[in-house]
Amino acid sequence: MKQVLSTKEAIDLVRDGASVMVGGFLNCGVPDKLIDELSDRKISNLTMICNDTSYPNTDKGKLIVNKQVKKLVTTHIGTNPETGRQMNSGELDIELVPMGTFVERIRAKGAGLGGILTQTGIGTIIEENKETMTIDDKKFIFEKPIGADIALIYGTKVDKFGNVSYYGTTRNCNTVMATAADTVVVQADEMVDCIDPNDVIIPGVFVDYIVLNEDN
Amino acid sequence: MLLINEPELTKEKIREIIARRAAKEISEGDVVTLGIGIPTDVTNYVPTSMHVMFQSENGFLGVSKNAEDGSKDSRIINAGGIPVEAREGACFYDSQMAFVMMRGGHLDTTILGALQVDEEGSLANWSIPNKLTPGMGGAMDLVVGSKKVIVVMEHTSKGQSKIVKKCDLPLTAYKEVNLIITERCVFQVSKEGMILTEINPIFSIDDIQSSTEADFIVSSNLKNMEI
Repeated sequence: MKQVLSTKEAIDLVRDGASVMVGGFLNCGVPDKLIDELSDRKISNLTMICNDTSYPNTDKGKLIVNKQVKKLVTTHIGTNPETGRQMNSGELDIELVPMGTFVERIRAKGAGLGGILTQTGIGTIIEENKETMTIDDKKFIFEKPIGADIALIYGTKVDKFGNVSYYGTTRNCNTVMATAADTVVVQADEMVDCIDPNDVIIPGVFVDYIVLNEDN
Repeated sequence: MLLINEPELTKEKIREIIARRAAKEISEGDVVTLGIGIPTDVTNYVPTSMHVMFQSENGFLGVSKNAEDGSKDSRIINAGGIPVEAREGACFYDSQMAFVMMRGGHLDTTILGALQVDEEGSLANWSIPNKLTPGMGGAMDLVVGSKKVIVVMEHTSKGQSKIVKKCDLPLTAYKEVNLIITERCVFQVSKEGMILTEINPIFSIDDIQSSTEADFIVSSNLKNMEI
């Protein structure tokens, strides 16, 4: 049985300076209540690992606007002009990672692998200062795993065993992030006793705590 | 560098010419990824009777048209964040599966925009240093992993050629582009260099030469652009 926390209790788990993975693609499938609490509490010096920084006034974007993020590991910042501004002014340290590499680096951490080899980025600045390897006449870049202290993810439905299921395109990087952080909190729209095993997308073994939308 | 007596086209007409021509590259049964902007317009010119699966990097195969007011569901979006509908046979999956599809060579065709393309088939579309860097998102993975890469873009920007000898903006990918479609012409990228294969009949070869920085060969079988 997984423990159900209030939003406040869940965000008590995030300390200043923590590395935090946040699920979601733009504003789809984001743990918005958890982010709101993180934003209200002004927890800062965060290393945030997320697909994008959404829009200035929504979810992940707010943490950037509030300057709570010290280092950002992401794939795209074009939808939030404030992220680009902070990058150009030197206020925010950004590592831009190709999306497929981003996902696979997180997967590597979750799967206990030492990294991945990919052709993405060959001949571009992504290759600079990285080891490369030639396999069957093709050149690959070695990319290291990415993990985090805590992952804040979204789920459409969760059960008391921590199993999670999804609706539509809300899965995105939530599933892989669930495997790669020391502590995993899922914010779910709905909780049921037991999800049909055929419908489970994230096995409960990866989830530590549950936060429910209706409790907030 | 452009000749002043060249034909003038409106922005809308330019987009239409490019999207119409790019749509002809899509065949029955293809799995296709479209970038944002002109590439998205390509769907308007693919016959509705044709079975084509459009893939979106946020975990969606079988993207249909934008959802109409009243049926918009913020839990079903395309990679541009727009609520869309799912076509028959569609499926949802996570980012990991999306990039297995994209990087593993499972997509037939990618159509995307660019800031610059060069005569070796390298392209730049994610950063103008110190000015604007939206980031690469999934573009680098997509271009490396797709079987066929088509760049669609306006031929010039502010009078400057976007088809250059060597990209000076940060690359998205090195030597991965197969075809370049602009409102003026179509170039095929080959080992021998860029080949002008089709020309919009309102332009002359001289017009193309004067508005293209890259060197190119004129195909012995040069045709009018199918639009």
